[in-house]
Amino acid sequence: MSTILQVRNLEVQYQTPAGPAQAVSGVSFDLASGEFLAVVGESGCGKSTMLFAIAQLLTYPAAQTGGQVLFDGVDLSSLDDEALRLRRWRDISVVMQSAMNALNPTLTIGAQLADTCRAHTDWDDKQIAERSAEVLAMVSIDKVHLSSYPFQLSGGMRQRAMIAMALLLEPKLIIMDEPTSALDVVAQKSLMRQVETLRQKLGFAVLFVTHDMSVVSHFSDRLAVMYAGEIVEIGATREVFDRPQHPYSVGLMEAFPSLLGAAKELTGIPGNPPSLVNPPSGCLFADRCPKVMDECRKSAPELLANGPHSVRCYLVNPKARG
Amino acid sequence: MSKTILKVTNLTRTFRVGGFRSRGTLHAIDNVSFEVRAGQIVALVGESGSGKSTIARVLAGLYPPTSGTIEFEGATLGKRMSRQVRGRMPMVFQDPFGSINPVLRVGHALQRSLKLHRSELSKTEREQLAVELANSVGLVPGEEVLARFPHELSGGQRQRLGFAQALASNPALILADEPVSMLDVSIRIGLLNVMRKLRDEDGASLLYITHDLASARYVADRMIVLYAGRIVEEGTTEEVIAAPQHPYTKLLMSTAPDPRLPLGGSEGSDDLGEPPKVIDPVAGCRFAPRCELATDECRTKDPVKVEVSMTHHAACFAVKWQA
Repeated sequence: MSTILQVRNLEVQYQTPAGPAQAVSGVSFDLASGEFLAVVGESGCGKSTMLFAIAQLLTYPAAQTGGQVLFDGVDLSSLDDEALRLRRWRDISVVMQSAMNALNPTLTIGAQLADTCRAHTDWDDKQIAERSAEVLAMVSIDKVHLSSYPFQLSGGMRQRAMIAMALLLEPKLIIMDEPTSALDVVAQKSLMRQVETLRQKLGFAVLFVTHDMSVVSHFSDRLAVMYAGEIVEIGATREVFDRPQHPYSVGLMEAFPSLLGAAKELTGIPGNPPSLVNPPSGCLFADRCPKVMDECRKSAPELLANGPHSVRCYLVNPKARG
Repeated sequence: MSKTILKVTNLTRTFRVGGFRSRGTLHAIDNVSFEVRAGQIVALVGESGSGKSTIARVLAGLYPPTSGTIEFEGATLGKRMSRQVRGRMPMVFQDPFGSINPVLRVGHALQRSLKLHRSELSKTEREQLAVELANSVGLVPGEEVLARFPHELSGGQRQRLGFAQALASNPALILADEPVSMLDVSIRIGLLNVMRKLRDEDGASLLYITHDLASARYVADRMIVLYAGRIVEEGTTEEVIAAPQHPYTKLLMSTAPDPRLPLGGSEGSDDLGEPPKVIDPVAGCRFAPRCELATDECRTKDPVKVEVSMTHHAACFAVKWQA
């Protein structure tokens, strides 16, 4: 499998009145074509900011301050607006968290699909109508809804319409920012299954961000856990779920009750993430970590491979001194 | 068995929808009856549009019922609720960012509740009690947290404040409408533990409204499953989870994500359907269009409550045939 996306030492800062906040620091990973990578973490851990940086959608007060985003070998952050525009929808599409806000309420679904086609292809009206009906059918929406307005669709259908739009020009990578968080469990599952079926059929890669890792547990190939702007653990999804190694990942796994497993007392992760304006020296998780050691506060550990997955923790990699 | 605090009988709430020509009646809740006993957490579970929030709002007096009766602490509630009743049955709202006044200190939110509902206390007693309440929901150190402004609190802390505010009025029953659904997964469990603590240590009763079966199982003693405005199944939590009877409960169980289990229900279509909007309903089971077991009887007659055990009921013809 060829690598489609390489993220190298990505750094993003927000300008705040108190000084620059390091929202994403030193994030590196590869995404193979057709691969499904899920990124999980709490609100404010930088996961959505990272997606926006990869899609080159950051606006003031956020800006990329370092690193590279290589898509098919080209650094997206070095491209100008026009060069980026040509790649959007065609190479990379983005599905936003809230379809209600991402769709234009005053235009029909068909008009919004046609808009994307006109901006990127020289198809005539008939071709556009055919392709629009085709992508809607892929997400099980009847083509009568081409003439429906967003408010006439249910939440699940709107989110599926967004995915249909993302599929229009057969991109190689679809970036999804919590597409399921506004949906009910039944609609959530149905959306995830559809994404998975389409990915297997069409072969696009998926970069999927969520705070609820149980949503992706059965769908993603690899899982990255983010904390305070850094990836603290990354590996094969089942591996990370079954044998989490970073204390933060362990805490996340223990944070949600099971439906059918043994009923047991859970504790979650007490405390709050650190300030990103004046981050503590050493490991950023140290203040909340149940297994913190002296050296954790002295220097920050690096993300190092440990068997099947990589972990940023002295407990796991005693020599991971940064 | 402990005494009944809340008894809802044949509660119905309809809304008029549509314009001049297409006027219809939306049956948000339809003939719903249930009870909450002292010291229990009862979960009302259902998808969006199932009517679970409408029940909470009718109980909180935000709008009157169309028909049916609500008995609370032995008295039937009238159209208008007194401040005393509201204090005995406060509500914790879903959105912790929209439910606290941002320009007043956190302590004010608690003080106000105490002033309105516990006017017999002196000022120093109220201040003391506010700190105690803050500490009891995990806002520690209470004194320091109460001096802050809401924007200095995280979502989880705000929601803890919501529970402290509810406790301030000395409630018999707390209505909690999706209190954790806007919080991060890592913080939710802390709030669920607060609810358990309120029940186990302070003897509070809660009506926990949620779409998340796993969290309902974690906190609730009894579970009521709603679909399209009607109760389809109710029973003790362990009975409903271990042996769900209604096809809708089974669907909910199979779609709840649980990474500890293999992926269930992956056969069949990717489109699992959605609950209907119940406008001008005709007789018949509301779930019939999505149900694999549906027969002509299901489409023409309303299912009646079938007893699975003394403490477990389901409204389904298929369950009746098996019984």
